[in-house]
Amino acid sequence: MIEFKAVTKKYPDGTVAVDSLDLAVDAGRITVFVGPSGCGKTTSLRMINRMIDPTGGSILLDGKDIRESDPPLLRRGIGYVIQQAGLFPHRTVLDNVSTVPLLTGASRRDARRRAAELLELVGLPAELGKRYPVQLSGGQQQRVGVARALAADPPVLLMDEPFSAVDPIVRDDLQQQLLRLQSDLDKTIVFVTHDIDEAIKLGDKVAVFRVGGRLAQYATPSELLAKPADDFVSSFVGRDRGYRALSFLTADGVPVGPVTTTKVGTKAADAETTDGWVIVVDDENRPLGWLSAELLSTLGTTVTADGLVSGGSLYRVDDGNLRGALDSALSSPAGVGIAVDGDGTVVGGIKADAVIEALAQARKTGEVPA
Amino acid sequence: MDPRTAGGEPVNSALDWLFNPDHWSGPTGIPTRILEHLGYTALTVVIAAAIAVPIGAIIGHTGRGTFLIAGLSNGLRALPELGLLTLLVLLTYVGLLPVVISLVILALPPILAGTYAGVRNVDRAVVDAAQGMGMRGSTVLWKVELPNALPLILGGIRSATLQVIATATIAAYVALGGLGRFVIDGNNAGAGSPDGYPQMAAGAIVIAVLALVVEGVLEVVQRLAVSPGLRNAATRKRTSRIWRKPTPELVGKST
Amino acid sequence: MNVDWPWPWLPRNVDKIAEATGEHLYLALLPVLFGLIVSIPLGWAASRWPAVRLVLVPLAGVLYTIPSLALITLVPLLIGTKIIDPLNVQVPLAIYTVALLVRSVTDALLAVPGEVTAAATAVGFRPTKRFLSVELPLAIPVIVAGLRVAVVSAMSLTSVGALIGIGGLGELITEGFKRNNAVEMVVAIALILLIALVLDALLLTVGKLITPWTRARQGANR
Repeated sequence: MIEFKAVTKKYPDGTVAVDSLDLAVDAGRITVFVGPSGCGKTTSLRMINRMIDPTGGSILLDGKDIRESDPPLLRRGIGYVIQQAGLFPHRTVLDNVSTVPLLTGASRRDARRRAAELLELVGLPAELGKRYPVQLSGGQQQRVGVARALAADPPVLLMDEPFSAVDPIVRDDLQQQLLRLQSDLDKTIVFVTHDIDEAIKLGDKVAVFRVGGRLAQYATPSELLAKPADDFVSSFVGRDRGYRALSFLTADGVPVGPVTTTKVGTKAADAETTDGWVIVVDDENRPLGWLSAELLSTLGTTVTADGLVSGGSLYRVDDGNLRGALDSALSSPAGVGIAVDGDGTVVGGIKADAVIEALAQARKTGEVPA
Repeated sequence: MDPRTAGGEPVNSALDWLFNPDHWSGPTGIPTRILEHLGYTALTVVIAAAIAVPIGAIIGHTGRGTFLIAGLSNGLRALPELGLLTLLVLLTYVGLLPVVISLVILALPPILAGTYAGVRNVDRAVVDAAQGMGMRGSTVLWKVELPNALPLILGGIRSATLQVIATATIAAYVALGGLGRFVIDGNNAGAGSPDGYPQMAAGAIVIAVLALVVEGVLEVVQRLAVSPGLRNAATRKRTSRIWRKPTPELVGKST
Repeated sequence: MNVDWPWPWLPRNVDKIAEATGEHLYLALLPVLFGLIVSIPLGWAASRWPAVRLVLVPLAGVLYTIPSLALITLVPLLIGTKIIDPLNVQVPLAIYTVALLVRSVTDALLAVPGEVTAAATAVGFRPTKRFLSVELPLAIPVIVAGLRVAVVSAMSLTSVGALIGIGGLGELITEGFKRNNAVEMVVAIALILLIALVLDALLLTVGKLITPWTRARQGANR
């Protein structure tokens, strides 16, 4: 657990990078510092492992003032991941990951073994261990950077825009990986980004900083979307707040209605439609696509898997949220979202107004902050 | 002394002198002189590196004292090595020490500049990551900055070595050995003597060949000594820096 | 060793010093000028045609590696001069200058951004005029830097010729050495050093004067 107590960083030329920051980072959770350039988020992060020392206030790590610790020793207990990875070009990937264990006195063999485990943990093939950083792609280098930070199993992990320098597809992948890792590891993670969507996606709690180093709001992502503290936060959070907020609400209360399906191979004459549409499914009752009434009438004898109208995201009933439910209804050509269970088989249909009704109910019961 | 103007004659007499077996044996023979020459060079470079690499590394690591790098490089390039050598010998005595001191002084700038540039050019993100994971300053310098600076440090040492090989030819003028001996003795032998110009030219050929061979060997050593993870980066950085200004390690010519 | 410091030698030999200085400058600077003029078209060719570059750059490297005493001694062999011909010093110096500057010119021209040359062509410059008005001026800072090194090195290298009797201030050094006259040596060394540094500063200033755009950039950063 990390506490900032009235922490200030002022430079000799007068610039105030961080202005009297009071913040408590929860242990075992991902806390994201987000804000525009010059808001002090990176400075605040780098004060935790004493890469920068505050000019005022103090920072406590598990109740102990970090100024009492020798910086190199403090840092060996904190993982540090930066944007350009900063891998040592002159060492192999495996030796890079082994760095901190070796620093803390592990034997070379133990350190290398641990390194190999970590490469696997971050989803990299073992052969990559023998290569040099220059031979790896940007995404691979970032993963090695994360592995290196985790090598000594530190309780705290600091990440400074680690995914900003890779392309969106790789970034998405890395974000998913981080969430998966965290569900196994439960580290205290402080993550800095300038991307509000990344903050909302990853953070258990998000701290929004404004230019000049002041904290604007510190809340959960859903609170941030539903109740931004002021104009700055609401404009920083961006458009479609309402829609994006739906992803934080479970769709438990949304009723799944009956829906007409027909298996591939059924005689065209026997197929029925409801409101002009029918879902075509395979033998395991998994959806293949939509068939309109007109298309049905032009078919030959049997219903096939060809010529179906695809489209519409699927709504999973066991772990869905309101946003997913609404999206499945809105994106379906028939106006009805296909609801599936854990095996992917069709269990029913979702209508958009059912979702809105569920939202209104949630408001009434207080689930959604009014 | 006139080596005659036609092309063939002087070349032949130079080659005759060069391949005369008498000149390949004994304390005044070519092999001895080569060894003497390489000896002066090795001694000088080792001493100069022992001085310049630590200083250059510390200046590069801390960023303080950079005036030393620029000042020494420019100043010492303008100093005539013949003058330095002979003056020092005159002021002290005829012997190895004053010669080696002069040679070391002239070898310092390329190594200093190369080491400084090498340490400075290490990616700041790499240094930041090293500090962030808990390495002490000295460890960062020793285990991260210096290995990554190795290509440019070796470049500086290479440049210094070539320079010393060239300057060591002058050592013969102050009664020492080395390959300059043939040029000086040949010059003193006078007109028409078979040990006159032919000896000078033969000596010059050996000097040139030795310099080229050493350069070739050092090129290979440099490639082998650098971590495979740095090989492409090293050449990239060298060529991208060349056009900005010719740094001493690339143009350390003083003799 | 037995060292004398006959200070009166200085005022008594001003003529000799002046003559040696003049000779030294003739030996050192003429080849550099010649080398500069030759390097520009060579460097242009190397920047334009990779095949040329592939030959010239390694060749320049090889020539630069050969020690000056060796080249000075071998020139008579190669072009048939007498031993004490000033050309013996000037030819190697020219060779070194070209070897050094061809690299500078090539890299400088290659570093001119493609968009700039494209814009110049699009505006209507013919290739020669484009080279003279756009590419060459942009290459000047790098060329000047190389030229400074060439000039300073040349001033120092010229003195090596004194070992086999070719004049300039180097002869004052060798004469002073033979006669145990430390004053003569110090004067010669000091002059070489001083003139080299003055020329270096001069080139630096001229270089900045003819490239006002580099200065403008520095001003904006303030």
